[in-house]
Amino acid sequence: MPAIEAGFARGIKGPIVESLSHDILIIGGGGAGLRAAIAAAEHNPKLDIAIASKTYPMRSHTVSAEGGMAAATREYDSLDKHAFDTIKGSDFLADQDAVEYFVSECPREAVLLEHWGCPFSRDPDGRISVRAFGGMSVKRTLFAGDKIGFHMLHTLFQTTLKHENIHRYDEWFATSILVEDGHASGVTAINMRTGEMSSILAKAVVLSTGGCGRIYKFTTNGWIKTGDGMALAYRAGVPLKDMEMVQFHPTLLPNTGILMTEAARGEGGYLINKDGERFLKRYLPGKMELGPRDIISRSEMTEIKEGRGFEGPYGSYVLLDIRHLGEDVINKKLSFLKELAEKYAGVDPVHEPIPVRPGQHYIMGGVNTDKTGYTGIPGLYGAGEMACVSINGANRLGSNSLTECLVFGAAAGKAAAEYAMRQSMPHLGNPLQGVAMEEETRVYDQVLKHEGGERISSIRSEMQSTMDESVGIYRDENGLSQATRKIAELKDRMRNASVEDRDHVFNTELISALELDFMLDVAETIAYSALYRRESRGAHTRTDYTNRDDAQFLKHSMAYRDHGRPRIQYSPVTITRWQPEARVY
Amino acid sequence: MTKDSGVETATLKVFRYRPEVQTEPFVQEYKVPYRQDMVVLDALNYIKDHIDGTLSYRWSCRMGICGSCGANVDGEPKLTCASFLHEFKGKEIKIEPLANFPVIKDLIVNIEDFMEKLDHIKPWIIRKEETPLEKGEYRQTPEELEAYKQFSMCINCMLCYAACPIYGMNEEFLGPAATALAYRYIADTRDQDHEARFPMVHDKEGVWECTLVGECSVVCPKGVDPMLAIQKTKILGATQILKPPRRGK
Repeated sequence: MPAIEAGFARGIKGPIVESLSHDILIIGGGGAGLRAAIAAAEHNPKLDIAIASKTYPMRSHTVSAEGGMAAATREYDSLDKHAFDTIKGSDFLADQDAVEYFVSECPREAVLLEHWGCPFSRDPDGRISVRAFGGMSVKRTLFAGDKIGFHMLHTLFQTTLKHENIHRYDEWFATSILVEDGHASGVTAINMRTGEMSSILAKAVVLSTGGCGRIYKFTTNGWIKTGDGMALAYRAGVPLKDMEMVQFHPTLLPNTGILMTEAARGEGGYLINKDGERFLKRYLPGKMELGPRDIISRSEMTEIKEGRGFEGPYGSYVLLDIRHLGEDVINKKLSFLKELAEKYAGVDPVHEPIPVRPGQHYIMGGVNTDKTGYTGIPGLYGAGEMACVSINGANRLGSNSLTECLVFGAAAGKAAAEYAMRQSMPHLGNPLQGVAMEEETRVYDQVLKHEGGERISSIRSEMQSTMDESVGIYRDENGLSQATRKIAELKDRMRNASVEDRDHVFNTELISALELDFMLDVAETIAYSALYRRESRGAHTRTDYTNRDDAQFLKHSMAYRDHGRPRIQYSPVTITRWQPEARVY
Repeated sequence: MTKDSGVETATLKVFRYRPEVQTEPFVQEYKVPYRQDMVVLDALNYIKDHIDGTLSYRWSCRMGICGSCGANVDGEPKLTCASFLHEFKGKEIKIEPLANFPVIKDLIVNIEDFMEKLDHIKPWIIRKEETPLEKGEYRQTPEELEAYKQFSMCINCMLCYAACPIYGMNEEFLGPAATALAYRYIADTRDQDHEARFPMVHDKEGVWECTLVGECSVVCPKGVDPMLAIQKTKILGATQILKPPRRGK
């Protein structure tokens, strides 16, 4: 029998006695959060910085990113080229000032990550290698085999360890943002190990909790990606921007949704239909397999709809063929893809093409921020996939998201540091204590103790099916209206759901219930934003409004929480140097 | 696997420990519908969603890269997301927490000891002089990368510690993953103070404790060879100690 941990049970909840405090509190320990922590620590070594994450930082979903990170580092490249590719990829919904800032910071951030030890793949002369990627007009994607996310995450995490002013709350789950006099003053959070809730006060809070892929059933995302920070900010009054912009990646394994990296096509892989054709010649003749993800995913769906897909036990699919790259290239540059295809699909890509179909991968939308990560609530910042600056607009280009985590993580960390240096520490008196106690009541008396309701897994499953079916690649008025009604129904049912596990120690079912409660809010903003955007742009494809409509919709959707439901408003898109044009590849 | 009313099922015997409910651990048996392509983690999720919401375990990526979901499956440390039910066809599958770690609840173990060791080995690039960012990346050839690359593949899943008999007897032992990561930085051409890690890997609970059982390298799901890192560190240490003192030019 394994040794049990004596004396671990802490038992019963008491009032929030513990009040912890730091200058800066970062929620989420993935790429953006870790980068923010290092930026703040370097900005002022006297600042007391803490990272609170519901998983150990090295488990964060950044770990799953495969293909690479974009930065214009080569002599043949330029910041303008990177900017224009990104803006065209976004279907002109990106804010161009944000994109210009982003591309200008990418090379520096890439060098920093290299200096911190990231084991990038190298050219014979010792420079970091670059590869082609979808929608990028030149080779500018820096890579580490096909595990850039894993290496970036571990490099950042291990680098945080050298800063003595970065503290951690590993396996703490934030349940709400404490706001006092309009300022973010910390969070309430559950220490999962003991089940106790505490207030963690801070002069500045940075949210960096990643995306919300688990709202969908068929997704590449890890199961931890439940939109926590989006819901936290939304409930605190920050609008969620462009939430209808959900990316569907073209190459997922049909049964599990595990990602087959775009690097496979960057290295020269083909997409093939049942007739053995490279079918993208009909859709992206100038780019073929190196086109943007939104168009390739739709092209696959068209092939399938017109009878040129394959049928399998997990639905229709097409083939990703990399056999012609040869065993050496595959082993050297795509070894993780090979491992995943062999293990999870039983296919050796050296000898057989890999069945793939499109599925949820990323959300372009998120918590509205400016270039410094500022959310509009004093003291509250956001960065990474959770945030929407926006550099990704209606469609993100592959390999921009990793550098986005670095560039805007660093910006948010620095801005939070500067803000924190001007503020005094909040204290847990009125009204914060009252707010914290209400939150404690919500979690322990309502969610944890509710008896006799349905299981949360049935509600989660219905939400995911609804999103897959009605808020997926193709959308229309009828389906989206139904989705909004369904989500409202699920939110009602959620109020009566029960968790079976009443323990305080490591109650993963309670955490799942709180996550689902977050996801339903986020799903609702996606459905409503999609319903009201009556055009097709980037990843948002309306079968009833098939054209891009710049006259009416060259603007950001802003979902505000109003009496518990989304109210959609709009804000202008910033155009600097590139006027919208037809998006032809 | 057995067939119950036409549906093929698999039987899992899962170690349970709920300190608030009962003081002693117990074993609970669950039957789940079986599919050829199911992994152990799928079975655990099925149980949690449909049979018993109290069963507790860690997971995140479900694709063998985050390192969360290690458990002893049929006595062997495995990632439950990469361990297929069909590997155990015809047997009841015994699921226990990773050996050699204190259990917090069910399959969730306390890995704080490793987190401290990781911090202890200084897993970051140490420079005697920083090069300005404007000068670009540090050059490193593919051959120089190769010298440490495999050791940078550690996902901190703790399977090697669960398999290590030395760690089982002496938790002070630095152990396989921490040594592999120390060596990863020692062997990196960008690091300029390899000796900064020598006292940690060479103190009395360091690499010399290892008796070359080699189970760490067998169970690693990512092809890291911690035993090789331990051997290489021993050689470095030996040559370092035997080396004559440096003379000024």
